[in-house]
Amino acid sequence: MDALDGNAIAGQLVVAFGHEMTTASGVCGRCGGQALLAETNVYLRAPGSVARCRACDNVLVVMVEVRGYTVVDLTGFSALEPA
Amino acid sequence: MVELVEQTRQTKSIVLDPPDWTGHRAGQHVDVRLTADDGYQAQRSYSIASAPEDQHLELTVERLDDGEVSPYLVDELRPGDQLELRGPIGGYFVWERSLGGPLLLIGGGSGIVPLRAMLRHHLATASDVPVRMLYSARSLDDVIYREELMQAGAEHGIDVRFTLTRKQPAGWDGYARRIDRDLIGEVSWPAGERPLVYVCGPTPFVETAAEALVGLGHEPGRVRTERFGPT
Repeated sequence: MDALDGNAIAGQLVVAFGHEMTTASGVCGRCGGQALLAETNVYLRAPGSVARCRACDNVLVVMVEVRGYTVVDLTGFSALEPA
Repeated sequence: MVELVEQTRQTKSIVLDPPDWTGHRAGQHVDVRLTADDGYQAQRSYSIASAPEDQHLELTVERLDDGEVSPYLVDELRPGDQLELRGPIGGYFVWERSLGGPLLLIGGGSGIVPLRAMLRHHLATASDVPVRMLYSARSLDDVIYREELMQAGAEHGIDVRFTLTRKQPAGWDGYARRIDRDLIGEVSWPAGERPLVYVCGPTPFVETAAEALVGLGHEPGRVRTERFGPT
């Protein structure tokens, strides 16, 4: 399936972070590339939602909803700065 | 839900009057959640089609035959029904008058929906930035907001161009091919004029347009994209 982009997980990110995050700027922990969360490649049925670096395909974000909780893994980033 | 308006054979606009709505910015979307009697939930994102200045919130939904959510919204929803919404959502694919222009809007299929909100915002605020729109659809019957967009061209000086990729009516004088670098080069301002570009459509459409724009020398930071696909 074609990748979407970070706009597709904007709502989930609001729930997890409490504010708009697609304009947050992140640095990929593998290639050092910098991009807005909106500009990542997003897969909605991974299972869970996965955002990958457009430059090197590194997994940046994994979000899984379990029994009403959203679990967010951001360890693919070396830095993440909200706008 | 206030009203359902048929736009094309496959798309309807859902006019909503949500309580406690705090307003939105043109280009944002909402998440719609449906809950079945057995508790099963499905959620999808839909772009807001109305301008912030419009009286009601409008979503325009394309019916996907094998979809879980869109057939219900398009076929089953009735005025007075309640919908569970989350939003407005998004801060990236947003245009406001203060961002200026020139403004180039490139839409494929139902990717026109958030661009229509931007166009209406432009008209409602009497913004004076030059606006151009390129809209790719399969046929004239698939063009959403056809009359409104043609009127924007005829009465408001917006440069609206259509490309019909599968079927063209007799005497069609618009474009009749898929977007590519040549077509975008023809429609866009030169990169030196630094237009602000919004591209929305299915992923392959958006990738083609974005690569073409960057290839033509446009700054990646001034090309904002939103991809959608069946989910």
